[in-house]
Amino acid sequence: MAKKTALVQGNEACAHGAVYAGCKFFAGYPITPSTEVAEVLAAELPKVGGSFIQMEDEIGAMAAILGGSLTGAKALTATSGPGVSLKQELIGYACIAEIPCVIVNVMRGGPSTGMPTGPGQSDVMQARWGTHGDHAAIAVAPESIQEIFTETVRAFNLAEKYRMPVQILFDEIVGHMRERIEYPEPGELEVIDRAKPDVSPEDYKPYDSSKGDIPPLASFGSEYRFHVTGLNKAADGFPTTKPDLVDAEERRQIRKVEANRKDIEKNEEYMTEDAEVLIFAFGSTSRSARYAVNELRKEGIKAGLFRPITLWPFPEERIAALGKQVKGMVVAEMNLGQMIYEVERVTKGSCKLEGAFRVDGEPITPAQIMEKVKEVN
Amino acid sequence: MAYDYEKSIRPGKLPHIWCPGCGHGIVMKGLIRAMDTCGLDKNNTAIVSGIGCASRLPGYMDCCTLHTAHGRAAAFAAGVKMAKPEMNVLIVGGDGDGVAIGGNHFIHACRRNMDMTYVVLNNNIYGMTGGQFSPTTPTGANASTTPYGNPDPTFDISKLAIGAGATFVARTTAFHATQIDKLIAEGIKHKGMSVIEVLDDCPTCFGRRNKFRSVVDMMKRLKEVAVPVQAAAKMPAEKLEGKILTGVLFKEERPEYCAEYAKIIEKAKGANA
Repeated sequence: MAKKTALVQGNEACAHGAVYAGCKFFAGYPITPSTEVAEVLAAELPKVGGSFIQMEDEIGAMAAILGGSLTGAKALTATSGPGVSLKQELIGYACIAEIPCVIVNVMRGGPSTGMPTGPGQSDVMQARWGTHGDHAAIAVAPESIQEIFTETVRAFNLAEKYRMPVQILFDEIVGHMRERIEYPEPGELEVIDRAKPDVSPEDYKPYDSSKGDIPPLASFGSEYRFHVTGLNKAADGFPTTKPDLVDAEERRQIRKVEANRKDIEKNEEYMTEDAEVLIFAFGSTSRSARYAVNELRKEGIKAGLFRPITLWPFPEERIAALGKQVKGMVVAEMNLGQMIYEVERVTKGSCKLEGAFRVDGEPITPAQIMEKVKEVN
Repeated sequence: MAYDYEKSIRPGKLPHIWCPGCGHGIVMKGLIRAMDTCGLDKNNTAIVSGIGCASRLPGYMDCCTLHTAHGRAAAFAAGVKMAKPEMNVLIVGGDGDGVAIGGNHFIHACRRNMDMTYVVLNNNIYGMTGGQFSPTTPTGANASTTPYGNPDPTFDISKLAIGAGATFVARTTAFHATQIDKLIAEGIKHKGMSVIEVLDDCPTCFGRRNKFRSVVDMMKRLKEVAVPVQAAAKMPAEKLEGKILTGVLFKEERPEYCAEYAKIIEKAKGANA
């Protein structure tokens, strides 16, 4: 049987991907250019017995999905730069309390209100370091409508598996662009649910890492009664200031991502095998970058594209290796240079490095990238 | 026989963090009795709080407890309730947490009328941070950030809750210990958003700066300032000056949010079938 296809917007694809992943609760607040995610889920979630709520503000929406997730529901919120800024404290809460949830950030320009209807990629460092304190981060950055669907499903899987917030970053271009999408059949894509405790309610400790770095999470409203706090806590979930316990918990929460990089990282490489120059691009910008690679190859320049689909954790090992293989790299991003710092940190000067940046609300063109590639070739 | 509070308290979690003379323990005991009266199932009850002295209360209670970020309790609670409407959801917290940093969540929780009960422990001060003025610190009173007296006008939390749309609003004080559980129980039984404001005392941060020589003096203030709403109806206006009305201040029946949303689910499922 032919697959169900449709011509949909990126934001719509994200909403449908969430339903496919088993999302049962959405809380949001209207903001351009992400609002369609909320609009579609307001219609779709009650059909599957889930619920939708429009909260009084961005902070409230983030709070609500954390409350909802603790009852066992897969939970989502969607917003854009200013909204993510407001949610940051509670993203940190989700990190320390280890509550699975997914946050969509349809990126626009900034800072502040910036250019609400224009695209941007300037929230990538915010996705990594936006909340205060030390913490791990997972963020994915799809480049197409189909990939927004599949990456939304993967974002839920990562959130549930690693018991933490996961951010989906795409920009206004793919958020509002329409492309043909093939809806995967049920069961075609892997859907992961959080691990449930296998000990008795009396023995349950919500942060007991004796069997691994990711303790199972019980649900509110089950026979497991437990305490959740944003304070540093011991295995039983209650606050502690004991240095050894605080240190061990902080390190475990970062280790659960670091030790599982292979499972979390996902990249696409295009013509990198013999590449002498590399373009590093993600999200919608990688579409211009791929075009640039083809054009440069026609001119006899051995260009390749590296596209991180998982933006955080940063693909350190592969970029370090490529940095030794190529003469130069160009980081193309719709900001004034953010991921380039990571590339610079990891390549340690092993190749020339240039940035193709743009913040005027227009997409980066292949010509702009090609010009920079020629500078480092 | 003495009432058994221990069955509702998590083993090993006492003593609590509150200062000697603080009224929060009185309110917690009232809450325990109220939950008992209503026969709430511990497994199916969430107690949600924000940040501050009062917000430490859930940690002592043997339920599903959620100590959130400053001001956000009502919004976390809304998420719990929406995702699992069959749960009993209680919110506890202080005045600063509830109506300053959490003011927006507070009023919208009242407006939506989800079936939740919010117990506000109003001690007129930020206690945990050492005595800064809150939105309920009386004008002219002393706090660590009002070296020349508090210039701010105050919120009446109960009036705010009524104005915002809560469908059950009651007030009492930590002195009126036997009224606390009755009002909370009535709030829990009420189908909709209930707010129970308990005027509380903070001898450490409010009392010592405001000429209350002892905890007894603070309790006397609570006793003297309270006028039952029924009695007030028969009193002349001049006698009510400076008094605070207690008892059930407001009650009305209005559609409950989750029940209304359940209808949306049925409608959407029907459209999908």
